Amino acid sequence: MNTLRRTFLQGSGALSLVLAAGLAQPVRALAAEWNKAGFDSKGTPETLRAIGAGAMIESNAITIKAPELAESGMSVPVEVSSQIAGTQSIAVMVERNAQPLAAQFNFESGMAAYVSTRLKLGETSNVRVVVKAGDKVYTAVKQVKVTIGGCGGTTVQS
Amino acid sequence: MADLIKIRATLQGDVADVKVLMNHPMETGQRKDVKTGQLVPAHYIQTVTATLNGRKVMEAQWSQAISKNPFLGFKVKGAHLGDRVAISWVDTKGDQNSAEAVIGG
Repeated sequence: MNTLRRTFLQGSGALSLVLAAGLAQPVRALAAEWNKAGFDSKGTPETLRAIGAGAMIESNAITIKAPELAESGMSVPVEVSSQIAGTQSIAVMVERNAQPLAAQFNFESGMAAYVSTRLKLGETSNVRVVVKAGDKVYTAVKQVKVTIGGCGGTTVQS
Repeated sequence: MADLIKIRATLQGDVADVKVLMNHPMETGQRKDVKTGQLVPAHYIQTVTATLNGRKVMEAQWSQAISKNPFLGFKVKGAHLGDRVAISWVDTKGDQNSAEAVIGG
């Protein structure tokens, strides 16, 4: 699937479309960087290795806002902010999902280290946030209890 | 195609509070079609880029665990009224979309 996408992006038709939209730089840079190893990883330890999170420092300068209890795992609002100076990236993992890495946000300088999105949780899980700042890696965890999972199975989308 | 990305950007002090809604199925590849019983192939946004006046401020890499019709909120420091915030995404099929908004008060 990823190979297909790369092939597609390399196709001259697609590339000229991209160039026409004036987006060549970010699109090409990002297509090369999407962390396939990280997103394909199964289980928390493997995922942490794949995103280069070795020795992590537990930090309460990372705030995770998420519901204690979510009736449905289809769309769980998660808000993350980091008060750690020089925060460069925030990775969000759903530890109990088959592939835990849900998202990684890379910030340029001048950005507030804050992000808000909605995640699918297959079941009750820890949401783990990994923050990189300088050469250090920080982490924080919050558990979200899920009544009905949101990763497929019997769930119905209209 | 209209309204595939909705952006609202409001200034609070010198920080732009940006809220984005994207129209995308975000298929996990694990969901069965209720009619056919077949798995629906994975199809999700993989990368999202945010710019302020054309300068990249954030890039996001996503998995299928981001909810359908994704919401994204972020904050840009040093923003001004009238600055342009743009969002573009690329999905697993290589489809892409972009939209722009002006920061309001």
